[in-house]
Amino acid sequence: MSAAVLAQIAAEPPGSAEFWVFLLIGALSLGSALAMVLMRNAVHAALMLVLNFFTIAVLYAVLEAQFLAVVQIIVYAGAIMVLFLFVIMLLGVDRTEPVTRKLPGQGPLAVLFGILLFGALSASVVAPFIGPGSVCGAAAGVDAGGGGLPCAGLAAANEGGNVEGIGALLFTDFVWPFEVTSVLLVIAALGAIVLGRQDEKAEDLVDVVRDPANPPDEERR
Amino acid sequence: MLAEYLPLAVLAAIAVAFVGLSLAVSSRLGPSRPNPAKRAAYESGIIPDPATDVRGSRFPVKFYIVAMLFIIFDVEAVFLYPWAVTLRDLGWYGFGVMAVFIILLLESYYYVLRKGGLEWD
Repeated sequence: MSAAVLAQIAAEPPGSAEFWVFLLIGALSLGSALAMVLMRNAVHAALMLVLNFFTIAVLYAVLEAQFLAVVQIIVYAGAIMVLFLFVIMLLGVDRTEPVTRKLPGQGPLAVLFGILLFGALSASVVAPFIGPGSVCGAAAGVDAGGGGLPCAGLAAANEGGNVEGIGALLFTDFVWPFEVTSVLLVIAALGAIVLGRQDEKAEDLVDVVRDPANPPDEERR
Repeated sequence: MLAEYLPLAVLAAIAVAFVGLSLAVSSRLGPSRPNPAKRAAYESGIIPDPATDVRGSRFPVKFYIVAMLFIIFDVEAVFLYPWAVTLRDLGWYGFGVMAVFIILLLESYYYVLRKGGLEWD
């Protein structure tokens, strides 16, 4: 990939501070992501993931999304990593997955779907930059003639402050997704309790086994 | 724009350098006279048993529940911050929006409490 292409992706001229930070942090981000997948020790992989979360936070900061950058560190590097480490500890660090092929043709299928997934992700990344939607419509003040979606631009979006901008949009135009997030969190809480409280589940099993007069209900949990 | 982050970068560099220097200096200058008592892992006065070593054993699932609940209320707190910043402009509408959000979450909090998800034993 040439420097010019990278500069276009970073939307900054080569040689600017943003460009070099993007180059350095982008490389670090890719490297830590690869290292995370390739590490043999699960705890080391988790540490690589922490590094990856931090590099993505820096990329957010370069894009002038300060709030997202801080949230990335607080929620991902802070909370989600703690959860990952707990799950690793729950399963035991030394346990390794047995490398057995359970499905016939699992290997070729994995390659096929891997390529499909890569293609879909690439298309979703590239498509916004080549379709008509990539051209700013009249709302930006300058109609480029592409008839694209109205967009405001970074300066206008961050005009009253980054967090103020997020708040003003999140609780008005995007209030429905915001409230649905609450439902999502409720589901997560219920799931954690249902999956985590093993004692109840064990009692249920004992009841089913020891009571032949009361046949086990398939629907019952 | 990025110049604003320079103090942060300097702080990070100092932090990394301090850790690296401390490790290097102590390994270079510190005397190394190991004996069996020094090399033994200290676990609150209990001699660690290889069979129950942390690497081989599993943590209780209770940790998972606590971590999961922590994430949920952490995410809630993240939403509270932009809400608090814009509350003056949003007025009672904003209050109502956040009330719905928090009441929905309080339901799950009540459920977790009743199920004993926050009790350790």
